[in-house]
Amino acid sequence: MRLNTVKYLTTLVFTVAALQVNTVLAQMDHGPEHQDMGQMQGGSAPADARDPQAYSDGYTLTEGPYAQPGPRQLKLADEHAFWSVLGDRLEYHEDSESTVYDIQAWYGTTYNRFVIKAEGDIADGTLEESSTELLWGHALNAYFDTQLGVRLDQYDEGKYRQWLAIGMQGLAPYWFELDVTAYVGDDGRTALSAEAEYELLLTQRLILQPRAELNLYGKDDLDNRLGSGLSDLAVGLRLRYEFSRQFAPYIGVEWTGTYGDTADYRRAAGEDTSGTQFVAGLRFWF
Amino acid sequence: MYGALIIEPRAGERHRADQDYVVQLSDWTDEDPMHTFSKLKVQSDVYNFNQPTFFDFTADVSKMGLQAALEKRQMWNQMRMNPTDLADLSAATLTFLMNGTTPAGNWSGLFQRGDRVRLRFINAASNSFYDIRIPGLKLTVIQADGQDVEPVTVDEFRFGPGETYDVMVEPRDDAYTIFAQSMERSGYARGTLTVRQGLTAPVPDPDPVEWLTMADMMGAMSHGTGHEGMNHSGMDQGSMSMGAMDHSTMDHSQMHGGMAMDHSMHGMQRASDNPLAKPSSTIRHARTEYAASVDMRVDMPRTNLDDPGIGLRNLSQRGLRPQGHRVLTLADLKSIDGVLDDRRPPARELELHLTGNMERYSWSFDGLEFGKSTPVSLRHNERVRIILQNDTMMTHPMHLHGMWSELETDQGELRVRRHTIPVQPAQRISYLTTPHDLGRWAWHCHLLFHMDAGMFREVVVS
Repeated sequence: MRLNTVKYLTTLVFTVAALQVNTVLAQMDHGPEHQDMGQMQGGSAPADARDPQAYSDGYTLTEGPYAQPGPRQLKLADEHAFWSVLGDRLEYHEDSESTVYDIQAWYGTTYNRFVIKAEGDIADGTLEESSTELLWGHALNAYFDTQLGVRLDQYDEGKYRQWLAIGMQGLAPYWFELDVTAYVGDDGRTALSAEAEYELLLTQRLILQPRAELNLYGKDDLDNRLGSGLSDLAVGLRLRYEFSRQFAPYIGVEWTGTYGDTADYRRAAGEDTSGTQFVAGLRFWF
Repeated sequence: MYGALIIEPRAGERHRADQDYVVQLSDWTDEDPMHTFSKLKVQSDVYNFNQPTFFDFTADVSKMGLQAALEKRQMWNQMRMNPTDLADLSAATLTFLMNGTTPAGNWSGLFQRGDRVRLRFINAASNSFYDIRIPGLKLTVIQADGQDVEPVTVDEFRFGPGETYDVMVEPRDDAYTIFAQSMERSGYARGTLTVRQGLTAPVPDPDPVEWLTMADMMGAMSHGTGHEGMNHSGMDQGSMSMGAMDHSTMDHSQMHGGMAMDHSMHGMQRASDNPLAKPSSTIRHARTEYAASVDMRVDMPRTNLDDPGIGLRNLSQRGLRPQGHRVLTLADLKSIDGVLDDRRPPARELELHLTGNMERYSWSFDGLEFGKSTPVSLRHNERVRIILQNDTMMTHPMHLHGMWSELETDQGELRVRRHTIPVQPAQRISYLTTPHDLGRWAWHCHLLFHMDAGMFREVVVS
C-alpha cells in the first residue's frame, strides 16, 4: 500500500515536471516574449554596457577627498566568510541494514568557497565504502558554481582510489538542484557522477524530494567491482517533515540498479543487481 | 535602542492637533541577527512559509485548468524566482512591534471625542515594510520624511524602514485599531486609539499573500497581466491616472513609462532645449550586471509612480477592503511650495541599478557589492539627477544621507522631497539632489540585511 502511494506520487511528480518542460519548449519556440525573458538572466555584457565605475572620478573607498587614512574600516557581509553544514541524507537502509551519510559543508564568501562533500555506507560498525571530496568552488554564474579539487574513495574490501575532480553544482531552471562532476584518477581512470534533486512542497513543511544519482566509469575497476560505462543508478523519493527548516526527519524509498560489468560482478558474487528498499533518516543543516 | 527625534519648525506646526503621538514601528528577533543573516546565506527562503505548494497547484488546476495553472508558474519556475518572495524575514523569526509593544501588549493612544489627532508614523524596523490602516478612519497625510506635503486623504499606506509619514485623523468612535501588517503578510503590529485606556476595537486578519505579478518581474513589458493588475483604487483618483490601457491611445503627457514610449520620448527630448529636462528612458545595464551577483535584469521598467505595490492593488475589487478604499502612492505626494527650493535643471544624470541574487543572498548596486564598489562622486552644490532602476523583485527603500532626494516624475516634474524613496520591483524612478555638505556619505537600501549584504555605496561630495 505504502509502496503504491510512493509510486503514484513519483509518477505524479515526473508527469508534472514533464508537462512543464513541454510547455516551456513550446513557448520557447514560438513566444517572442519568452525569448525576451531569456535575456533577463545571464548572458554576457554588450560592448556598450555601462561602466560601473564611471561615476567615481577615479576615487576609491580608501583614496580621494575625505577618505579616512589607513586601511578601510567598514567591511560589510559581502566581505565576510560564512559556513554551513548540510546533512542531506543521514539515513538507515532497511534491506541492507546499513547507514548512509551524505553531508556537504562549505566555508567562504558568496562567490568563492571551500567545499567538502562526504558520502559513505556504514554496516555492522564498519565503514564499508566512502567517498570524500575537497573542492574549491567558484561562482560560474548567478546559479552555478564550478568546483575543482580531489576525491578520495575508500573501500573496506577493495583498493583506495584518488581522483582529481572538476564539476559544476547549482540550481537549474525549474528548481532542479544539479551536481555533475568529472574525475580523472591514476592509471588513466576516469569517472563521471551526476546527481539531481527536486523539492515538491506538499505543504509549507511537508516536502517530497525525488532524487536521482548515477555513476559512470571509463574503465573496469576489478578491485572495487566496478565496470566501465554506466555502473549504477539510484532513484529515490523521500518525504520529509520540516519541524524547522533546519531539522527534518524523513521516510523514503530508494531503487538502485547496477549495469554492465558492475552488474556482472555482483551476479558472480551471488548478489542482487538491483533492488528497492525503504529508508528512514534525517535531513538537517546548520 | 531606538527613539524618535522630532524637530518642531521654528514657526510652529502647519497643522493644529489636539493630540500628537509617535507611532514607531519596529521588528524584533530573539535570534542573534547575524545568525539570522547567515541562515539567509545558506537558504534564502528559510523564513518564507507562504511558498507555492503542490496543493496550491492542484487547486489552480481545478479552478483555471491545467494549461493556465502551468502557465501561471512557468516563468517563475524557469527563472528560479519565487512569486511569494516578498520579504527576507517573517514572523517565523520576527515579532512586530508598535512603540516597542507587541500586538498582545496593545499600545494605546488616548483622545477625547472631537480631537484632531496627529500620528507620526516612523518605520524603525530593521527589515520590514508595514502597511498601515486604521479601519473606520481616513488618514490625511500631511508630512513625508519630516517634510510637509499637500494634504492627501487615504485609507492606507505602505512604508519601509527609514520612511516616516505624519497623518491627521479625526476619530469619532470610542476605539480604533491601528493595524500595521507586514508586507509579506506573516504578521502584524497593532495598537489602539481610544477614549479610555483598556478599550479595544476589532483586529483584522492579515491579508492573504498575493503573488508577485509579471509587472513586478518584467516592468512595462507585460502589458496584459501587469497593467491589468495595477489598475487599482489608487489609480482611479488624482491626476496621474493612466487612463486607457491601450497603448495606441496613450497620452504621453501622462505618467507612464516603458520602452513602448521610447521613440516618442527621444523625440520629445530632442525638441526640448535641455536634453536633461526629463530623465533618460534609455535602459543602460552596467557591465557588472551580467555577473554572478545578479539574477535578473529588467529591460522594460515601469516608470509610473501611482502603483501602491504588491498586495495593495485592487483591494476593493478583491473584496479585501470597502469600495473606494484608497492606498497612498508616491504619485500622491507633492511637497508644499518652498520645499523644493532649487529650481535649476540637472546638469548631469547618473543611472544606477538596484541588483541582487536571491539564491546567493547578495544585494548590490550595478552588481557590485560595497566591497567591490567605488564611491559615487558628486560636486559641491551641483544639481544632479539620479536614476534608480530596480532590477530585482523586491522593493528597496533607498536612503541617501547628507542631502535630499527630490523625486520627480518620468516627465521631469519635481514632486516631493524625501530622504528615503521606496523603489518597487522592475520600477525605474529618478530624483534630483543638490549636495550642500562636503564629505563622504552613505547611500543604501534601508532594509538592514540588504545593506549589509552589499547594497551600499559611498557618495563623495567634493
